Amino acid sequence: MSERVDASSAHRPDASLVAVSPVPPAPPVGAGPADEPARLTLAGPPAARRVIPQRRPGRWIATVVVLVVLAQVIHGLVTNPFYQWDRFDYWFSRPVILRGLLITLQVAAWSAVFGLVGGIVLALGRLSRNPILRSVSWVYIWLFRSVPLIVVLIFLYNFSALYQTLSVGVPFGPAFFSFDETALFSELAIAVIGISLNEAAYAAEVVRSGVLSVDQGQHEAASALGLPRFYQFRRIVLPQALRAIIPSYVNQLIGLIKATSLVFYVSLLDMFGTVQTMGASYPGDIIPLLLVGTVWYVILTSVVSVAQYYVERYYSRGALRAMPLTPLQWVHASVRDLRLRFTAAVAR
Amino acid sequence: MTFAQTTESARPTAPGQATAAPAVAPASAAAVEIHDAHKWFGAHHVLAGISLAVPAGEVAVILGPSGSGKSTLLRAINHLEKLDVGHVAINGELIGVRRHGDRLKELPERAILAQRARIGFVFQNFNLFPHLTVLDNVTAAPVATGRLSRAEAAEFARALLTRVGLADKINSYPRQLSGGQQQRVAIARALALRPGVILFDEPTSALDPELVGDVLAVIRDLASSGTTLVIVTHEIGFAREVADLVVFLDEGRIVEQGPPSEVLDNPRHPRTREFLSKVL
Repeated sequence: MSERVDASSAHRPDASLVAVSPVPPAPPVGAGPADEPARLTLAGPPAARRVIPQRRPGRWIATVVVLVVLAQVIHGLVTNPFYQWDRFDYWFSRPVILRGLLITLQVAAWSAVFGLVGGIVLALGRLSRNPILRSVSWVYIWLFRSVPLIVVLIFLYNFSALYQTLSVGVPFGPAFFSFDETALFSELAIAVIGISLNEAAYAAEVVRSGVLSVDQGQHEAASALGLPRFYQFRRIVLPQALRAIIPSYVNQLIGLIKATSLVFYVSLLDMFGTVQTMGASYPGDIIPLLLVGTVWYVILTSVVSVAQYYVERYYSRGALRAMPLTPLQWVHASVRDLRLRFTAAVAR
Repeated sequence: MTFAQTTESARPTAPGQATAAPAVAPASAAAVEIHDAHKWFGAHHVLAGISLAVPAGEVAVILGPSGSGKSTLLRAINHLEKLDVGHVAINGELIGVRRHGDRLKELPERAILAQRARIGFVFQNFNLFPHLTVLDNVTAAPVATGRLSRAEAAEFARALLTRVGLADKINSYPRQLSGGQQQRVAIARALALRPGVILFDEPTSALDPELVGDVLAVIRDLASSGTTLVIVTHEIGFAREVADLVVFLDEGRIVEQGPPSEVLDNPRHPRTREFLSKVL
């Protein structure tokens, strides 16, 4: 009852406001003579009627600022005598550095392979329907993501103190073979095992996220066609998962290449270890030696990045309607285009 | 008799309660037989006791409002959906389960996959493999199951793609095709297994209206070729044209079934009438 009264009284001021409003109603947008499209007829040839793109002065200012700063940095790098570029030249391809580089490459390559294989196994474990496999994989990943790599490495280095011999045989039963721990594992093996154990935990999550990104309909279609289970994984799910896996895994891989610098702590002279020992022997060359290490790491990760570009391209087959040009194809196309334009201009 | 065709089966009250001594797959002419199918999603009784027989070479169209259990029923036929109670048989062979005394036990996955390879399934969203070419999509199953060599499979795939009017798209990737073309590839992919029965789950629902015709033409061609088809669809006109048997489902039960001249043109049940008046 009272509500109805309230409502009507609330309406009244509105109505009076409209009635006595001194402001005339605004004309509808677009009704003004200037906006009428019918009257907007432009004469002239098509070239004159081309729409002029927006001007962007801010972009030019930003470009100039960045270029000036960049020029300063490069000038400093070249002219500052403390970088000692001549000593950089001397060290860059010394055999001792290249031997270290070989160790770095070996550790990185083996760890990448074992880490990925272990990661796939762990990811399948986490995706499995078996609760034991699921929990064991989860605990492994949890443990190795929690422990710093350097701790794992030093732990393994001192492993022979924990278990003097390793034997192969019946679990909890008699052994068929035994090995002396210290004789079995070289520093290289310890480094590869340590980094692989760590890498597998991260790779597992990368692989798992990739597999989860594949549409459920793909699993159903593969299953409805009666494709054998391993075939479903290898030919249907994995190639599509790889599209999501590769960018994150390359991230991992670059981290791994840099993590190999820790193997110095298990007495393995990798490239960075060599740089450190050489730096101790030639204290005056520390800066050029560090530059040598930096440049070699940049080269290694660049190779991986270029490989990533082409591998990603391969696995995006079918995902895009038309493939973008590779940089090489782009250069070819641009040169062809320029040549055509040039001949056309000459002909004119 | 209004309810002459209505399934009136004893409905168990709890999931997992197997029917004692199931009448397993009697020798009959039916290509697809569903016997007292029950399925629960949590507390929701999606299939509430469905029995259905589709004779060999006939076309059954399943109609019903959304949520009536049409797709679940269709997916239960090739065991993509597991029944809680009841069983499905194709040409007298139990699907997804085997008889163990007077109980039914689920088969190992390998055996289920082998059975599925003899049943075609066409999805609403096509579910083609986007990273494989059209040809590889069609040859995948016969090659992976070891039925045909790669060359034989490719030759057969070309013939099938010609049949669905896509001979020129063999080397395209699915995303380069229109929806109607993708669905026709999906049908060719299902046919590559030479299935005796093909199941269609709303094959035209994801298509633009002008592309529906091409897909229906392919299905019509299959219907007249003597393959047993079970089709879930909303295309009433198409159902009238190709169906030998129309099944109307509501709330997990068969409300009415019979030839299209009865169910579509002269529905007896008020629920069927109400549904048809809305969709026609």
